[in-house]
Amino acid sequence: MENSQIIKITELVKDFPVGTGSFRALDHINLSFGKGEFAGLVGPSGSGKTTLLNIMGSLDTPSQGEVKVLDFNVGELSARESATLRKSKLGFIFQSYNLLPVYTVYENVEFPLLLLEFTAQERKKMVLDALEWVGLTPKMKSKPNMLSGGECQRVAIARAMVKKPMIVLADEPTANLDAENSHHILRTMEKLNRELNTSFLFATHDEKVISYLKRRIVLADGKVEIDEKTAITK
Amino acid sequence: MLSLKLAFKNLIGAGLRTWLNVFVLSLAFVIIIWHKGMLDGWDRQARTDMIAWECGGGQYWQQNYDPYDPFTLTESHAAMPGDAISKEKDGKLLPILISQGSIYPGGRIQSVLIKGIVPSQKILAIPSVVLDTGITEIPVLIGQHMAKANRLKIGDVFSMRWRTSSGAFDAADARVVRIFRSSVPSVDGGQLWVSLPTLQKMLNMPGQATLLVTSQGTINPVTFNGWKFKDLDFLLMDVTNIIKAKSASGVVLWFILLLLAMLAIFDTQVLSIFRRQKEIGTCVALGMTKGQVIRLFTVEGAMHSVFAIILAMAWGTPLLYLQATKGISMPVNSQDFGISMADVLYPVYSLGLVVTTTLIVFVTTTIVSFLPSRKIAKMNPTDAIRGKIK
Repeated sequence: MENSQIIKITELVKDFPVGTGSFRALDHINLSFGKGEFAGLVGPSGSGKTTLLNIMGSLDTPSQGEVKVLDFNVGELSARESATLRKSKLGFIFQSYNLLPVYTVYENVEFPLLLLEFTAQERKKMVLDALEWVGLTPKMKSKPNMLSGGECQRVAIARAMVKKPMIVLADEPTANLDAENSHHILRTMEKLNRELNTSFLFATHDEKVISYLKRRIVLADGKVEIDEKTAITK
Repeated sequence: MLSLKLAFKNLIGAGLRTWLNVFVLSLAFVIIIWHKGMLDGWDRQARTDMIAWECGGGQYWQQNYDPYDPFTLTESHAAMPGDAISKEKDGKLLPILISQGSIYPGGRIQSVLIKGIVPSQKILAIPSVVLDTGITEIPVLIGQHMAKANRLKIGDVFSMRWRTSSGAFDAADARVVRIFRSSVPSVDGGQLWVSLPTLQKMLNMPGQATLLVTSQGTINPVTFNGWKFKDLDFLLMDVTNIIKAKSASGVVLWFILLLLAMLAIFDTQVLSIFRRQKEIGTCVALGMTKGQVIRLFTVEGAMHSVFAIILAMAWGTPLLYLQATKGISMPVNSQDFGISMADVLYPVYSLGLVVTTTLIVFVTTTIVSFLPSRKIAKMNPTDAIRGKIK
């Protein structure tokens, strides 16, 4: 893998068992992503974008082919190694935020740092920085059920970014948000991409997200149809 | 450490659900300790009282004596061995002579055991000193249950009949000089205590006895020809067996209580794992291994028992302390029960009992928490993240 490449996908196939047969979700995908990319997997439901994102996030494994994330071959990692990769190098943002409901905003953002065993002092500084990036410092003591959808997603972004990961994988991050909140969080992610050089990989079919992408990969029926650099249209 | 911290936060965050489980568990915890404490208290009281009132440090039985066969009584007496007489003088041995007889209180007939005891003895708690009195009737000492059953009170005079060693019937008037309270039925119900010299004279059995009670703390008892030594293990066998039987039935109660508490924990865990699939998926995505998540859920479940122990200490300690110091009035008459049982029982809560119960509750809760948590290992994290697990 070249130095600038953080993800390299070669001949990736993913089959899911369905009844006695199987369903091919990804069909011989070849892709690579460089550092600092702001790219999106675009396509309708069932096109395989979330499956691809999950494999890149080492939450799932390939049926065939090879996926290398930061030089780690996802298909060959043990459960513990996968967890370590996710814990230290990857950040996740989900469509429905997936915040831990009994924790406050501060505690939600602090959670990945607890897993990485940072000291209390380090954690505090990093959490406060992350909350400042997303503009949620005043709400750090609130619980998720006291926040709007946009605020929840900004907490999720802060949680994904707090450990300054190399790659953030965002699955339909704006699906539950209105236009104003969508633009707000996209601008936040764009800013973080620019300032911290973190790679953002999206799975989306939302035009608002697509308008922010610098690279668009269109998937259809598990195959890459288009892979192009895009002019930002927002 | 991380699991502990996260589990603590999760449990506190779960609010009422946590506290309901914790309360149920604390209830089981306190009742188990209370029940076992009652049995231990009863055991201790029964043993102490039986030793104090009846058994002493063990007994020599005349070789024909069998307390369960009244027909042996006519043959169950013998002269005290020479060594025994010297021990009696040293206050280390107490001879008791037993005979059958009848009394006629208020015109009714009642079979009794007449027991002769040395008035000046200090080996048993029976207040025999009151028998050393110069009244015209035979002074007798009876227990409160005997008094109640025969409607006797201090000063009452009644006729008493017995058979002498030659088989002839004899009779005299007896006067109740004292009524004592004892939780040991075998020194009370159906029994009259008279002075040993008086009974020996009545029966024409000078220097004879049926039992020789040794003083407490007797070790390595000497052998007397024609007498069998019965140690405390033997003499307390009945009470030991009854306590054992009660303890065994107590295990059923423990089991039911634990089952109820564990059912609540198990149910909570199953529900929790079902409801928190997204959270489990998220934790895995954020870098926890499934093993860590299983550990987190197990610790969460086990932490219920820690909270329950704290809660049980908060409300159980004063309650149990009060019972241990003030005692619990028993609704049943000890005579009806047939073994030594005081009117007021003082439960005994030993450190061993508390530690053992704590460990049992903690270990059981942990196991019950772990069992449903294993389901997490089979979860597909990508489905869990979206809460799509059936």
